[in-house]
Amino acid sequence: MSTKKKTAWNVGLIAGLLILLFLLEQVMPSSSMLFTVLKKGAIYALVAVSMNLLNGFTGLFSLGQAGFMLLGAYTYAILTIPVEARNSVYQYFDGGIIQFALPVPVALVAGGIVAAIFAYLIGLPVLRLKSDYLAIATLGFAEIIRAVFQWDKLGPITNGSNLLRNFPSFRSVLFPFVVAGICIALIVMLINSTYGRAFKAIRDDEIAAEAMGINLAHHKRLAFVISSFFAGVSGGLLAMYQTTIQASMFKSAMTYEILLIVVIGGIGSVTGSCISSFLFIACSEWWLRFLDNENFYIGGFHVPLLRPGFRKVVFAIVIMVVVLFYRQGIMGTREFSVEGIANFFKRKFGGNKKKKGGASHE
Amino acid sequence: MDWMSRNLPYLMAGISVGGQYALIAIGYTMVYGILRLINFAHGDIFMVAGLIMVYSTTVMPIYIAIPLMILVTVILGFLVERVAYKPLRSAPRMSIMISAIGVSYLLQNLALYVTGGLSQQYPAIPWINDTVTVFGATTKRVTIITPILTIVLVLLLVTLIKKTKIGMAMRAASRDFETSQLMGIKINSVISFTFIIGTFLAAIGSLLFFTNYTGVTPTAGAMPGLKAFVAAVFGGIGSIPGAVIGAFIIGICENIIKGLGWTTFSDAFTFALLIVILIAKPTGLFGEKVTDKV
Amino acid sequence: MSKENVLKVENVTMQFGGVIAVDNMNLTVDKGEIVSLIGPNGAGKTTAFNVITGVYAPTNGAVYYKEHKIIQNYPQGKMKKLYRGENPMTYTGQHAIAPTPDKITRLGIARTFQNIRLFKSQTVFENILIAKHMLRTSNIFTATFRLNGKEEAQMRRESEELLHLMELDDVRDELATSLPYGKQRHLEIARALATKPELLLLDEPAAGMNPQETLELTQFIGRIRDEFGLTIFMIEHHMDLVMEISDRIYVLDFGKPIAEGTPEEIRNNPRVIEAYLGGAQDE
Repeated sequence: MSTKKKTAWNVGLIAGLLILLFLLEQVMPSSSMLFTVLKKGAIYALVAVSMNLLNGFTGLFSLGQAGFMLLGAYTYAILTIPVEARNSVYQYFDGGIIQFALPVPVALVAGGIVAAIFAYLIGLPVLRLKSDYLAIATLGFAEIIRAVFQWDKLGPITNGSNLLRNFPSFRSVLFPFVVAGICIALIVMLINSTYGRAFKAIRDDEIAAEAMGINLAHHKRLAFVISSFFAGVSGGLLAMYQTTIQASMFKSAMTYEILLIVVIGGIGSVTGSCISSFLFIACSEWWLRFLDNENFYIGGFHVPLLRPGFRKVVFAIVIMVVVLFYRQGIMGTREFSVEGIANFFKRKFGGNKKKKGGASHE
Repeated sequence: MDWMSRNLPYLMAGISVGGQYALIAIGYTMVYGILRLINFAHGDIFMVAGLIMVYSTTVMPIYIAIPLMILVTVILGFLVERVAYKPLRSAPRMSIMISAIGVSYLLQNLALYVTGGLSQQYPAIPWINDTVTVFGATTKRVTIITPILTIVLVLLLVTLIKKTKIGMAMRAASRDFETSQLMGIKINSVISFTFIIGTFLAAIGSLLFFTNYTGVTPTAGAMPGLKAFVAAVFGGIGSIPGAVIGAFIIGICENIIKGLGWTTFSDAFTFALLIVILIAKPTGLFGEKVTDKV
Repeated sequence: MSKENVLKVENVTMQFGGVIAVDNMNLTVDKGEIVSLIGPNGAGKTTAFNVITGVYAPTNGAVYYKEHKIIQNYPQGKMKKLYRGENPMTYTGQHAIAPTPDKITRLGIARTFQNIRLFKSQTVFENILIAKHMLRTSNIFTATFRLNGKEEAQMRRESEELLHLMELDDVRDELATSLPYGKQRHLEIARALATKPELLLLDEPAAGMNPQETLELTQFIGRIRDEFGLTIFMIEHHMDLVMEISDRIYVLDFGKPIAEGTPEEIRNNPRVIEAYLGGAQDE
């Protein structure tokens, strides 16, 4: 299949998906669980892909994602709360010191940029560390950021440990899809560029990569900053989705969840991360909700064990099973593509047809 | 004297908390020494030990509950290693770390399920919970006992490692994993033994730690766990005296910061300290320098 | 051909704690030459390579590439007391120049590794393409938005050509690690060549090869030297190969260079025979 044809297929698929979403929104009630899952799933897909860029493609085991999401979410919220609402939001801080509001897209990008700037500064010292030390140092930074944002002295900007609210949010499921879609597309383009190849080289063998003239410090920093930028944007989206935010939301448990999404999807697979985000969110918000219901009956049988919290236990067990027995996750390092599907069907049903396209598919 | 009585409580609390961190930190440092793994689940095992104590004291007297709690915790630590880490021994380091995070997630969620998310009242243990007065400062007896008990346990542990056969095997395994296997050391039993010692100390640590607090929550283990890990890094990971000294320093600093009214930053301080050490002296106070082979 | 130094190693000592891995090494490699570095195991050959390519900063000494000083260090502070090598000389000016290995590669010195280090999850073609990354002029934005189409196409074309020259095009899309051992060695050399070096450092290119493969490799090394106008500096144990293609040979024993000369001179040098060939003539 030629590159042009592939691009056409992909564009067509994406357009079809968006139209489908649009139609769904016209016919289904907006309170449907499906939309909750789609909205949150899209946001988590973005942050999972951004984490995968680091952990899966560059081989940097970083656990700072929640911290960068916090930066993005706060930047977005602080910059977009309407001036007239500031007095009620910042009620303990005389309306805060920021007395302007930016348009939503600008604030989202600003969130990404703030996260990226912090990542640059943090990266200067910590990116020299090796695997697990890097993980613990980035985790530590996320905790420090969280503490700083809850600090009373910064209250006029961050509202201390109080909620931020009244900032613009989105109604249509199309908004997070389009924003996350654009961001993920950018990440994919980066991964397929010469820089992406350099990242993968660093993941495979740092010493060989360096011997091939790849500046380790520079490329690691690039990956870290870019990943954080997109984590920041997704933080902004999460703020929009939740309509209120608080620093205490962004605990390390959040990073762990994102990491587990990446692992389930397959470390090193963008589409894997996307699929597993939607699955993860759908299971936790929707499909497995019944596990938390104490009065759940199948026929006349009262299912035991079910009560609030059971869902997460089941979930954690599933995750352990994936980690221990299906280490590749859903996709491994492969990608889900039109071409792959086409080949799959060709193999299954088109055995009699002449194979076109030659050796590169095999 | 006035200054003393005002600041002594913080200092004593610091030493006490330091001792508790030290007991957890040994588990981290020993496991890291052999497996090169940050056992993210260690802090959660510590929390589970607290919960076991909470539930067991409701049905049995405390003098049975304590040994039982220690036994169950040790078995849990042993099982975690066998189920979640052993199958991944030849896997990349990232996989085994992810597995550790998965265990931590599982234990936290199990605790959430069992407790219903409510903080569980930790039983008051007689005698160690009594109030005593030292240099004009009133405090619980546990504050005094903790550092003493910690030091006694550490001395016992160091003797065990220096003098016994299994201790020698542990030292060999932490120096060179592969070669020690070739020399006929049963690496799996050494690792299991390491986990048993680590969880045993964590169980005692939890007894001392939670006595000072009102209750146990499912996430109660995460923070002390991370801090103990920082202590282990600070002291030079793999070194037991290092971990103990690091833990005391962190415990004391943290309480001094609380005493200064900067409570928001007491956690952040620990991590800032971690990052400074990792950058300035990645091998910690007593760690050995390793060079990568090309 | 006029004698022009491509590589000059001057008084290099590399000391790890109390162990002196390389002791006061001096050598030169001239343009277009194939120079071999031989010596028993543990003589410090690979360490010397690691110093030249910037992996280790030497304890003492300097390295010149095409008359420019690229690496320099001398013991100071604590190291001065610990230093056990010979001739700690005093340098003027900057006391240390220590570029990272990637900078050395960009200057035009490429290398291979003793224990093959290919990019495991990448195909043969991608392994070579990665080496072209350092020749880019695009930045991360132009690369992401594909504004560097011309350059990207050129990278791919050059990599294809190199594959063809190296006779690797039949395995183009196979995983690098799935290749047979000999082919992996070839690929590693090809990947080093993709950085367009002037000086190629080969670390035991014939390790683990049978006599037939070694013979092929001998011809192959001679061929690439001529085709790419290279200067080659290599570590090797296979004496047939070394004696066959080397213009000059350096012999290292316990970190000290003990002899230098043409293959003929080395073959007849009593010190070398004593230290090295004596026990291993059947090699």
